[in-house]
Amino acid sequence: MPGGNRTGVWRRNQRRLAPWLFLAPGLAMFLIYVIYPILDSLWLSFFEWDGLGEKLWLGWENYVELFDDEAFYTSLKNNVIWLLLYLLAVPAGLFIAIFLNQTVTGIRIYKSLFFFPFVISQVVVGLMFSWFYAPNFGLLYTLIEAVTGTGVAILANERFVTYGIIAAGLWPQIAYCMILYLTGLNNVSPDQIEAGRLDGARGWRMLWHVILPQLRPATFIAVVVTVTGALRSFDLVSIMTDGGPFGSSRVLSFYMYEQALSEYGYRMGYGAAIAVILFAIMMLFITGFIWKMVKDERAGV
Amino acid sequence: MAPFVRSGQFVDVSDVWEANGLKTSLKSALASMTIDGKQWGVPYTYYQRGMYYNKTVFAEHGVSVPKTWDEFLAACATFKAAGIDCTTTGTKALWPGGGWFDYMNLRTNGYEFHMELTGGDVEWTDDRVRKTFENWAQLVEPGYVTRNHAAIDWQDALPLLVQGKAATYLMGNFAVAPLKDAGMTDDTLGFFQFPEITPGIPMAEDAPTDTIHIPVGAKNPEDAKKFLAFLATAQVQTDINEILGQLPVNNASTSPDDPFLDAGFEMLSNAYALAQFFDRDAPAAMAKAGMEGFQEFMVKPDNIDRILKRLEKVRKRAYK
Amino acid sequence: MFPTPIERTTPGTQLLYKAALPIALVLWLLPLLGVAMTSLKPSSDLVSGNYFGLPSQIAFSNYLDVFQNSPIASYILNSFKVTIPTVIGAVALSCLTGFALAVYRFRANLLLFFMFVAGNFVPFQILMVPVRDLTVQTGLYNTTAGLALFHIAFQTGFCTLFMRNFIRALPYELIESARVEGVSEFRIFWYIVLPLMRPAIAALSVLIFTFIWNDYFWATVLTQGADTQPVTAGLYSLNGQWVAQWQLVSAGSIVAALPPVIMFFLMQRHFIAGLTLGATKG
Repeated sequence: MPGGNRTGVWRRNQRRLAPWLFLAPGLAMFLIYVIYPILDSLWLSFFEWDGLGEKLWLGWENYVELFDDEAFYTSLKNNVIWLLLYLLAVPAGLFIAIFLNQTVTGIRIYKSLFFFPFVISQVVVGLMFSWFYAPNFGLLYTLIEAVTGTGVAILANERFVTYGIIAAGLWPQIAYCMILYLTGLNNVSPDQIEAGRLDGARGWRMLWHVILPQLRPATFIAVVVTVTGALRSFDLVSIMTDGGPFGSSRVLSFYMYEQALSEYGYRMGYGAAIAVILFAIMMLFITGFIWKMVKDERAGV
Repeated sequence: MAPFVRSGQFVDVSDVWEANGLKTSLKSALASMTIDGKQWGVPYTYYQRGMYYNKTVFAEHGVSVPKTWDEFLAACATFKAAGIDCTTTGTKALWPGGGWFDYMNLRTNGYEFHMELTGGDVEWTDDRVRKTFENWAQLVEPGYVTRNHAAIDWQDALPLLVQGKAATYLMGNFAVAPLKDAGMTDDTLGFFQFPEITPGIPMAEDAPTDTIHIPVGAKNPEDAKKFLAFLATAQVQTDINEILGQLPVNNASTSPDDPFLDAGFEMLSNAYALAQFFDRDAPAAMAKAGMEGFQEFMVKPDNIDRILKRLEKVRKRAYK
Repeated sequence: MFPTPIERTTPGTQLLYKAALPIALVLWLLPLLGVAMTSLKPSSDLVSGNYFGLPSQIAFSNYLDVFQNSPIASYILNSFKVTIPTVIGAVALSCLTGFALAVYRFRANLLLFFMFVAGNFVPFQILMVPVRDLTVQTGLYNTTAGLALFHIAFQTGFCTLFMRNFIRALPYELIESARVEGVSEFRIFWYIVLPLMRPAIAALSVLIFTFIWNDYFWATVLTQGADTQPVTAGLYSLNGQWVAQWQLVSAGSIVAALPPVIMFFLMQRHFIAGLTLGATKG
């Protein structure tokens, strides 16, 4: 048969070759736009480069400078604050989910509307909260003024500014955690609740001993997305303060952008070094997540 | 301009200058457009910076235009007692603080020192720099500046001047248009030159010049050069600046008929020298760190030692 | 059900709960309501200090103003030009990758799968400089296509995770029996698996639409100017122009937020199904 040989090769190896054909386009894109850039950034962090001219080899100099850079420590400290406070979204989301997990009329609309902030862009959320905090006429400013006599311009105060931005970030994040828990609560086994009730567990004890263990998958995802969100915090800082006042609300992701691409920065190498630190921090978490997923995967197979 | 020229991004346009006699007609900008004996672009507009003030507020409190720093501080004390911000600004975007530093330093230490400092040849911890900040602190510490300036943009501060909640505003001439839109007129809005601080130091001014360049790799550099020559002509600069409400660089052009521009032209023509602005005179990294430091100082004047140490660290690196 | 259904409690508690619901909602949405209200206020209200009260008159003119005097329509068009190709591209690619990783056993399978998963959590900043450089080199800087290409590649990570887990939950016997009958691998994918993936495709499409529409970081890194910038980045520059004109900032914000909001309410079931995938299974 003419051509029979070729089809024969294909036939015989189809199952072995097919996955690679299916993978090829997606994998190629992913390698070009994600994997290669990570390696390239690592490499770049050892150079001085303005994005236009020649790259100049520096060795560890960028990192040496970084560890002697006040702005880097400010960013790092703020990242830790972000991480810790952002995790409040998990219990807060659970709380709202429990509050809304009823079957009264119209509850579905309530659930949608509570979830609403998550759908809105962070740019819009940032603008909304800027308006909320604005000096002289912002709702919060006027409120503080009414209570204490002098208003506080949250976003111009180096002590409060980070907390003010985090509060804005928590709003959609709580909505996200809420929806995860609502779905989780829907699937809690009624039998176990009844069994718990028979054992006399109620309220907090029921929540802690019966419900929460069953919500573990929801909690895992909530923690993953919240940690990732906290370390990625860029949009709100950029929109609400541009890192100010005098750099006190910077986080690593923003500081990196500032150094590499903003109006006053074109230090690609130094920016890459900051990104590498951020990446290393994130890797700690990613490794943890993946480790758990691999465990589940093995158990599932 | 320098970073672009040094990294080879701009086309040398000396031939345009030569062929069109720009060395005479744009003489005032020749020095600043020249690097390594060549010209790299064409300037078409500039404007003055200085103190814009609310004439009504000045009159109500019997304050006359201050010529010296002491007179200015005395006026501030008067305004403060009346619950008015002596001077307003919005430093959220940082650069308005850069304008303040420029004038404080130009008036305290003079043009040459200012250029040495922005050029990276003087330490930020130098006593002369400290002197500048000490003078500045006389304004900041008693609370003569709008309190929440770090939270607002420069435009947010305009209403304060319009409504008479603030008396003065150190700004560029582009602020006149929005101030007039908001209801001020030539009768209520005034302009004065930044007062003298150290007696006897010749008065230099901030006057940023806007310029046009040809990028290397442009598709049609020949026509681009023709455009540059066109842009440099007296008539075109007259027309452009009529619309912009700014000053033409070509000395054969006519400036728009406007009392503020007249005052600005008068002031700049008699100026000892012109500075471009902090973020143009200093390289990017220094400019950013500097203006952040100025903002911090204007909020927390006590942090000055830390700020200067930090800026000195940046200087050591930024001018390699 | 947890907590105890409200119907089983005393009438007093029931009443309290029903009263608490709307109050909690209003408090929760306060920033949104404030901005919505501001967007309908004539500028005179803001000048005269009416910040919190109801508008003295409903001023839809703010919205008109936003459309007439700013390039927001162009920004929105750009957002669509980036978002729609990204949705199609990322979903299409991940149907293929997800199928490959779910159905075939080969040595690199788990490794590749976790590479996609891990890539999904990477901070954007580690990609920024090289991706920008690559986009500049290929002449795609400041084009919607350049932005969409990156989004497709990056979203493939998340989409692959999603699709692979979805296909894994399908009955494997379907594929086995088709193979026994000699159906080729491509026909299995096209005629057997793909039709079953419809709900996953719908869910992913809505999710990716929202993610990409709301992207701000890459929009600022890879585009500039009203000709190419999507509405998030556009809103940032408009905010710079509209300083102190909160009625315009608010109207612009609402306009920018609208498409994903509409998408969410139309496709709510799919949206939530997509978002909460994995929140229930052990």
